[in-house]
Amino acid sequence: MILENPVNQFLRQDRLPHIWCPGCGIGTTVNCFTRALLESETDLNKVMIVSGIGCTGRVAGYMNLDSFHTTHGRAIPFATGMKLANPDLKVVVYSGDGDISAIGGNHFIHAARRNIEILVICVDNFTYGMTGGQVTPTSHIGAINSTTPYGNFEQPFNLPFLADSSGAVYVARWTAFHVHQLARSIKEALQKKGFSFIEVIAPCPTLYLRRNRLGDGIDEMKYYKEKSVVKNNADTKDVGISFKGEIVVGKFVDRERPSFLESMNVHYKKVLGDSYKTYGE
Amino acid sequence: METLETKTAKGIVVIYPEKCKGCGFCIEFCPSHVLDFSKEFNSKGYHYPVDIATDDCSGCDLCGLYCPDFAIFGNRIKDLVAKGIDISQVKRGVLK
Repeated sequence: MILENPVNQFLRQDRLPHIWCPGCGIGTTVNCFTRALLESETDLNKVMIVSGIGCTGRVAGYMNLDSFHTTHGRAIPFATGMKLANPDLKVVVYSGDGDISAIGGNHFIHAARRNIEILVICVDNFTYGMTGGQVTPTSHIGAINSTTPYGNFEQPFNLPFLADSSGAVYVARWTAFHVHQLARSIKEALQKKGFSFIEVIAPCPTLYLRRNRLGDGIDEMKYYKEKSVVKNNADTKDVGISFKGEIVVGKFVDRERPSFLESMNVHYKKVLGDSYKTYGE
Repeated sequence: METLETKTAKGIVVIYPEKCKGCGFCIEFCPSHVLDFSKEFNSKGYHYPVDIATDDCSGCDLCGLYCPDFAIFGNRIKDLVAKGIDISQVKRGVLK
């Protein structure tokens, strides 16, 4: 008798093997996501996964769920539209740091501000993997990328701080090393009513690690093991990452705030009175 | 591909060598140090993991959580027994 991998039921087997490089952490985050779906016993017919463009953008194509591969940076507006059109759905945006924080940066802060009920999982590998290793808004100061051959000098984004200050109700950061914690975090965030954001730091062995002479995927995973510090409820202001520096991980924000649809219903009920029919509750 | 008598092992690790890209995450992070790189290559030219200490496997499935290529996973024997699966018939180790 041959046992089957529990992940297989969530994957489109005809599209595998995937294109991710040996040592890439994206596949590990997919395992954690499927584990969270399995343990939370979510109705898979109600789960949508939306990706933008990039290495992480391929996740939607490999998942055997209702999945959408959208244009670059536009995963969050696409997800917003789906959530508002059918509020019963659980919408997950699964994309990379270039897609979410650079090209879709504006969508990201406004979805957090409006508190749209979506879960955003951002796999942060500090570079544009698919297009050849250009600098992203999360690349560290001093890091070498194809567009910064003498090292990056731009101040990087601290994504948990950005999400927190824009109004997200759930903000966490883990690395590809923290598989159990990440799966638990995704499970918690799936239950949250509001904009949830999870940053997952993952190795990019082919471009980021090779250019910066940081070794292979496994060396980066060992670095995560050594240099990451779990600080739950840490002030997101203090969780910025520096090149080869300490990585603060944990669940930083878990709060309640009226979601977009709740605020809309309350407001229109007040203004229009009984003639307004509440939507999506 | 052989079926072994279960004596001390609490878990069963299953490896699909053709899916493996040799990143070594499972070998490095296995808490029971069950795995090591194979001497052989798979058809893509990577050294895949092999179970060198089968009896030490706890079936925690940490290898399965780490594997970016979905090529390996662990099973707890008590979970399989609870599902009514005959352990002696289960293929374990490297499946070719």
